[in-house]
Amino acid sequence: MKGFGILLRRELALAWGKGGGPLLALTFYACVVVLLPMASGRAPERLAAIAPGIAWLALALAALLSLERLFERDYEDGTLDLLALGPAPLEAVAVAKCLAQWLATGAPLALAAPIAALMLGADLKVMPLLVLCALAGGLAFAFLGGLGAALALGSKRGGLLVAVIVLPLFAPPVIFGAGALDGYSAGLPWTGGLLLLLAYCVGAIALSPLAMGAACRNALD
Amino acid sequence: MLRVVLIKELAITRGERTLFSRLDLTLRAGEAAVLMGRNGAGKTSLLRAVAGLLRPAEGTIAFESETGPIEADTARAEHLHLLGHQDGLKSSRTAWEELRFQTLWTGGTEDNARAAAKRFDLNRLLDLEVRRLSAGQRRRLALARLAASPRALWLLDEPMAPLDAGQRAAFGQVMAEHLAGGGMILASVHDPLPIPTRSVPIGMEGAGR
Repeated sequence: MKGFGILLRRELALAWGKGGGPLLALTFYACVVVLLPMASGRAPERLAAIAPGIAWLALALAALLSLERLFERDYEDGTLDLLALGPAPLEAVAVAKCLAQWLATGAPLALAAPIAALMLGADLKVMPLLVLCALAGGLAFAFLGGLGAALALGSKRGGLLVAVIVLPLFAPPVIFGAGALDGYSAGLPWTGGLLLLLAYCVGAIALSPLAMGAACRNALD
Repeated sequence: MLRVVLIKELAITRGERTLFSRLDLTLRAGEAAVLMGRNGAGKTSLLRAVAGLLRPAEGTIAFESETGPIEADTARAEHLHLLGHQDGLKSSRTAWEELRFQTLWTGGTEDNARAAAKRFDLNRLLDLEVRRLSAGQRRRLALARLAASPRALWLLDEPMAPLDAGQRAAFGQVMAEHLAGGGMILASVHDPLPIPTRSVPIGMEGAGR
């Protein structure tokens, strides 16, 4: 699509930007992964059992970071006006933003997730599934996060509002992913959870841009 | 190319308040009109309505080319520039990165962007981050995209405010060339523009003085 590539490259550059981006998300992720075992008890056998779950839940929390800047900064500095008058509709603009967000934070986090799970003593055989869940789940988190960010446009204290809007939407993918990981580790049926996670991810990618476009238009009006 | 903008019976309300109603305005190729009115009269709202960002309460805004009407969405995606109070620049990016993106995004080429940078005397600034530019320099950078990507209708909201006298004259020259090439300008200003313009009073008659 005309203009989509130009915009995606710019959004990626902004998301990777100085100091923030993947490094910040990875550091935050490491902190959460270290803190959770401290609260839940240090016994290795117990940790090993919940390790994939911790690595997975921490992903959802890390995805909340920097959601605020996704639309709010463009709205405040007038860039959103410019984006609205370009060759691509606002829905495509939203897709470019969420995709860039995923590439800059979600994908690096998905690669860090197995390392975190290993450190906590998870079984090696669950790693491919964890990466797959993290990649697909991260995509869903990015698009749903974008939805929250767009809906919170123009409100003061947007950051907190985004988290409150978005976290309930994160519940289904967290449950599906955890179900798949749990089932796989325990040798139970697990494909159902994974398929539901993928379906949820596809649904989020298909529907949330429409809502984001409408929310941006509403904020500009 | 966009040749005519037809505004008919336009009314704009914000919340409960009607800013203005029954506004008629026709802008043809080569014409510039300035919106006159007190603060809060609705000048910015009118510009945003023409740009399609704001839905008018009543009335229509139509666009026409030599060959016939242009869809509003097409006109907005291809034929008009809006420069509001804010420059729409990211402070962490360099001046060149921003100018290049804005030019490509609005349909120009990288060569256009380079020529515009030269035209607006920005060459020395291109490697600097936007945060290091002064307000006037930022505005020049934002104005450069108008010259860089060819769009017929310029909607300008107080374009001159941060510019010094020399830069105002230089931008006047750019606007004059744009009009001579069949362009159109609709601007809200407090100081008169350095080009021949038509004045359009905005606001409710006698309301809220």
